[in-house]
Amino acid sequence: MPIRLLLTLPILIPLATAAAMLMAWRVRRLQRAINVAGSTGLLAAAVALFLRVHSDGILAVQMGDWPAPFGITFVADLFSAVMVVLTGLMGLAVSVYSTGSIDVRREAFGYYPLLHILLMGVCGAFLTGDVFNLFVWFEAMLIASFVLMTLGGERAQLEGAVKYVTMNLFSSAIFLAATGLLYGIVGTLNMADAAQQLDAADNPGLITTIALLFLVSFGIKAAVFPLFFWLPASYHTPPVAVTALFSGLLTKVGVYAGVRFLTLIFVQESEFTLKLTLVVAGFTMVTGVLGAAVQTEFRRLLSFHIVSQIGYALMGLGLFTPLALAGSVYFLFHVSVAKSALFLVSGVVYKLRGTYDLKKLGGLMQPAPGLSALFLISAFSLAGIPPLAGFWAKFALVRAGLESAQYGIVAAALGVSILTLFSMTKIWAEVFWKPGDESAQEDVSSFAVPGVEARPHSIRRRMLAPIVLLTAITIILGVAADPFFAIAQRAADQLLDRGQYIRAVLGGGM
Amino acid sequence: MIIVLAFVIGGLYAAAVYMMLRRSLVKLIFGLILLGHASNLLIFTAGRLVRSRPPIVPENALVPVEPFADPVPQALILTAIVIGFGVQAFAIVLLKRAYQVVGTDDLDQLKSTDS
Repeated sequence: MPIRLLLTLPILIPLATAAAMLMAWRVRRLQRAINVAGSTGLLAAAVALFLRVHSDGILAVQMGDWPAPFGITFVADLFSAVMVVLTGLMGLAVSVYSTGSIDVRREAFGYYPLLHILLMGVCGAFLTGDVFNLFVWFEAMLIASFVLMTLGGERAQLEGAVKYVTMNLFSSAIFLAATGLLYGIVGTLNMADAAQQLDAADNPGLITTIALLFLVSFGIKAAVFPLFFWLPASYHTPPVAVTALFSGLLTKVGVYAGVRFLTLIFVQESEFTLKLTLVVAGFTMVTGVLGAAVQTEFRRLLSFHIVSQIGYALMGLGLFTPLALAGSVYFLFHVSVAKSALFLVSGVVYKLRGTYDLKKLGGLMQPAPGLSALFLISAFSLAGIPPLAGFWAKFALVRAGLESAQYGIVAAALGVSILTLFSMTKIWAEVFWKPGDESAQEDVSSFAVPGVEARPHSIRRRMLAPIVLLTAITIILGVAADPFFAIAQRAADQLLDRGQYIRAVLGGGM
Repeated sequence: MIIVLAFVIGGLYAAAVYMMLRRSLVKLIFGLILLGHASNLLIFTAGRLVRSRPPIVPENALVPVEPFADPVPQALILTAIVIGFGVQAFAIVLLKRAYQVVGTDDLDQLKSTDS
């Protein structure tokens, strides 16, 4: 397949899917079918892109043949390609889950098209090689997420959305300002070209200021300490499928952008920025997990854990060694998969019991042993129990921390892991183990959705299949970690050798 | 001219943050709009101000005469204005709906999702 097509398909497929679904606005059954077909196609395109990048190295395409740095460049290195595969995976899991769990009213108001517009924005953000184009993808992603969050118009959703929208618009304004200042210094917005120009620029104070402005903007999007307050206030309000998608992708786009900018563009005078990143990472881990410890609402508890886990991803960036960055890449993939699986489980629990309150839940072990096992696997992986995926990611990060003699962050990472285990066992004990209603049975009829013609059994399958898929990936990434970790290491090597990226975009001569 | 614009931009940022820190939903949206304007003017100024020198190549010449205005920041601002317009329209509708559903425009009352 031509490279041009490979790099643009992850954006074109969701766009075409969304457009096709808008044509079928009134035919909801058709919309659901197109939805699953579209996300399957996206995953296939993502895997094809990944395989090509894996065999041929960094790919770059100039849009409309405008030569870099004048036009918009799309670039895929291994890190981008891995993140695009993750997007495809999340898209597939959530779109299948949605067909079983989203109510008719949301479907009627364009839930599925918005889902795919969101996927398009996320893929665009991962693949673009242009700073301003990144801003545009951010906005495309944000506006879709705004509507997904508010669709339904419940009181809690609107309250959460006010905070979510305000903080994200604030972050976009900072990003825009930083983009303007960057252009003022280097006169280009092509990331590779800007990286080269900054090497020659001698204005360390201003460059560090711009780098920090970008980091604050990405920090708000990634929900790092002390900018995370909007996340636990809003993420638990929309339907579980939406929360799972947001938790799997949106904060990760923030981390991705931070990694990209600090490894490619702002590598000069980066000592201060990296040290700051490490401190922020530590505080993010600790505050997130402590916030989770006192929660008794299933989804809010998991939301605080999103914050905590972002700290680990940043830890690798702050350490800035090949092993640490490989750990970060592995961790990002693992945490998206595991955390989304946990959110999806919470949705099934809600179907069975009609509440998210841990105090009211209980006794699901007997009627739903399979579900409790699925929850436990992802939960243990999140805490870092071997041989699951989370263990290898944290092992790499901790080892890199010890090698760089950053004992403070290592202590924080290990301590937070124990607290994560505490939180996860708390959920498990409250929801599954604690004696609940004695007469409780897993009642298939509770899967029936009012107004949806599909039988409860089929809906139950549609909700459980994505969880099984994600859990299987967690197990595979843990038990057979070797080949996958080798990919993460190659991705990290590419990130640290920015000459490769610059040559791929600007051509060998420059 | 740059000095004047610098003060204008600073004033816009200050006003925007002040408005966003007030408790009223309406002032929040004013704050967001001012913030967008401030960022757009910042791009405009950071891209160097060149007055009355359009970047047009004269006849029989190969390059425009220096100094000429850089068209890129203006293109960026145009894009940012359009995106900002759409997002602000959404934000206004959202705040109106929130006001209708919650029944108050006091941000301090919007805390049922915080605990």
